[in-house]
Amino acid sequence: MRLKLLGAGGGRLGSLAGLGRSGAGALALPGCLLYTRTGAAPHLSHDTLREVRGVPGVAHIALPALAEIHDVLEEYKEGAAKFMGMPDAVLYCSLHDPVTPCPSGYNTNKTVSLWGSSGRMEMTASKFMDIQRAIQPDWFQCISDGDTISGEAGRKRAKKSVDRSLSFLDICLQLQEKSPELQGSVMFGAIEGGDILEERLRSARETAKRPVGGFLLDGFQGSAMAKETKLKLIASVTAELPEDKPRIIHGVGKPDEVLECIERGVDIFESFFPFQVTERGCALVFSYNYHPDPEATVLTQNGTQDLEKNGAQEDQVEVPKGDPEMTPFEISLKDKKYHDDFGPLLEGCSCYCCQRHTRAYVHHLLVTNELLAGVLLMMHNFQHYFGFFSAIQDALRDSKLDQLKELVFRQALQGPADATLRQ
Amino acid sequence: RSRALKMAAPAAGPVPVLRIAAECGRSRARAGELRLPHGNVPCPVFMPVGTRGTAKGLTAAQLAALGCRICLGNTFHLGTRPGAELVRRSGGLHGFMDWPHNLLTDSGGFQMVSLLELSEVSEEGVRFQPPHGGEEILLSPEKSMEIQNALGADIVMQLDDVVSSTTTGPRVEEAMDRSVRWLDRCVAAHARPQQQLLFAIVQGGLDPALRRRCIRAMTQRDVPGFAIGGLSGGEDKAQFWRTVKLSAELLPRDKPRYLMGVGYATDLVVCVALGCDMFDCVFPTRTARFGSALVPWGSLQLKNHQFAKDFRPIDADCGCPTCQRYSRAYLHALLRSNTAALHLLTLHNVAYQMKLMSSMRESILQQRFPEFVREFMDTMYGGRGGPPPWAREALESVGITLD
Repeated sequence: MRLKLLGAGGGRLGSLAGLGRSGAGALALPGCLLYTRTGAAPHLSHDTLREVRGVPGVAHIALPALAEIHDVLEEYKEGAAKFMGMPDAVLYCSLHDPVTPCPSGYNTNKTVSLWGSSGRMEMTASKFMDIQRAIQPDWFQCISDGDTISGEAGRKRAKKSVDRSLSFLDICLQLQEKSPELQGSVMFGAIEGGDILEERLRSARETAKRPVGGFLLDGFQGSAMAKETKLKLIASVTAELPEDKPRIIHGVGKPDEVLECIERGVDIFESFFPFQVTERGCALVFSYNYHPDPEATVLTQNGTQDLEKNGAQEDQVEVPKGDPEMTPFEISLKDKKYHDDFGPLLEGCSCYCCQRHTRAYVHHLLVTNELLAGVLLMMHNFQHYFGFFSAIQDALRDSKLDQLKELVFRQALQGPADATLRQ
Repeated sequence: RSRALKMAAPAAGPVPVLRIAAECGRSRARAGELRLPHGNVPCPVFMPVGTRGTAKGLTAAQLAALGCRICLGNTFHLGTRPGAELVRRSGGLHGFMDWPHNLLTDSGGFQMVSLLELSEVSEEGVRFQPPHGGEEILLSPEKSMEIQNALGADIVMQLDDVVSSTTTGPRVEEAMDRSVRWLDRCVAAHARPQQQLLFAIVQGGLDPALRRRCIRAMTQRDVPGFAIGGLSGGEDKAQFWRTVKLSAELLPRDKPRYLMGVGYATDLVVCVALGCDMFDCVFPTRTARFGSALVPWGSLQLKNHQFAKDFRPIDADCGCPTCQRYSRAYLHALLRSNTAALHLLTLHNVAYQMKLMSSMRESILQQRFPEFVREFMDTMYGGRGGPPPWAREALESVGITLD
């Protein structure tokens, strides 16, 4: 694995190359992983996934689902990627699934608990490595104690998360040396420490001393930590890390938060966010077209119509109805107003769904509980999200990150109405 | 009688729908193609059911890639949600689904049976209390045609008075006679005979005399095709095949015969032998969503623990996208966490049905249909004590003997 940085300001523009068994895998940075559930993109078969443009070169699987079939993988012997029908994929195995809640209070000095479809699994470092030997991932998160996100963790608990995680790391590194199956796998060290700056710095420095291939910023999931604290800690942590190793963060998916993390030295994100959007029957429509288009300002009439269609008459704010998790970056296709909206999910989007179907059709599929709704929305949401990362790379290259930030942050406050049309 | 003849509308276009390319020398099986507005369809054909304008978890592109050239939509369901007018404004059901090939819409008649609690039949039509709330609907022959004209399918079905195949007594006759009258009303109300082919549906339950009378009456109307309705509802298989055989033999040779609601592999093979050309059934797509994969020797319930470490594909000879890439063990694991598993199974099951039909068709064209049937039965029932008696009798009745 080779990390190359292109020295752009405002973020680490670059690439990872030489990935995977074949060494032909690559990932543009800043970038995201392809979120999968047991090795398949949610709702999507291999051929429907192929219709999505910009699919990242590294796929993300969560350990719990694979731990539940440990015996199957052991008998199979040839590794999880091949078992899951993706022999050429580059696979990153995280400890937890970003979408499954992890109840607090179950970790010990020697064990970490995981949650899968059959309930809780308690894992030692040794057992963890046994399973990784059967999985044979290209990258994997070292077992760590990240149980500091419930908001009740104090200084002591934060210190424990660092101590335990370092202890696990050392055990796992030793075990990796003795495992022929894992010689080609890159271990990512998890940086813990809750919301305590000292502990975060200690974790970063100590983890960086170990021969890990990359770093994972863990314990930033959820909403208990104050935003300012979160951002400050992320910046402090990455400042302690070597430039030449990738930094992944878990639990961050919203576009504005992604940009904030990129500015603070994070390279790689998960793509569970478009999946969550899909599950609530929504479509991502936020703009990342930061090129100011003079012609667009003339088209005020069309713009107004679009705003009205989005129900944004009053304050140009898409008031999220129904699902409380809904963000300003999406529209809810279940809303009755889309019943006879014959436009695409997002004007100008080139995804399979937007090229062939209408909001009215997707609305109908949602209302009648048809499985195809999830398929079409997932295709759109993934493509849009992957396009966002592509735009981030372009913006860094063009030194236009500020414009992109401004565009995205404005939508974070005001909703997806096309801001440039209102100039 | 002459009044009834005057009510018949001319068939869509002078070109007959069915072109027979070959007939089996022993049984009544035929192979050919259906010439439909959105392209030719090889037959015998199995039509997957996409009730609400979606072939369940498959995209239109996937369904077409499997070789499907005609599938079904449902008038009752689409008429209620999203409503005929909205579908019409979407470019008809073709536009709504983005389906470039053929579509067939059922009239809504079957819902009379399936939603029995919520429906009430009279000469006027069927009154439904919609299952999802809203006003009562009267589905009359005229209303059904209106909806089907808006949906724009290539083949539309008459509204028939459907009774469950296990019903006995005067209701069966009443429904049959009423279906003939409703056929005339459908023909009269059909606003687009050039673009959409209206098929009649033969009723009469399991009573040969009623079936005969129905066919005699309906064949006096000049419709481009006939369906055999009112079967596949849990009736005794011995009576089922006899009714299919009788109906097929009384229906004209040169028009397609559509046996509604039939989709199990064995039933398809037998009914092709009995002279049917078109079939539809929710079974293959529905059973996929329960984790069941169809194979030439039966089915695999992939949720069962026995498949957890079975690293073979569903069927090594299948060749569908699912079998090319995934093992039974992986599908077993995926079923727990990802709807993609359901779609992969749906893909496989539709591919299985398509392959079964095209194999049958090939064998008829090559004059070896009886051998095909024997091989099929052997593969399916070889280890299990032989084919069911009803299938054996049915095949023998058309000159195909099994060992």
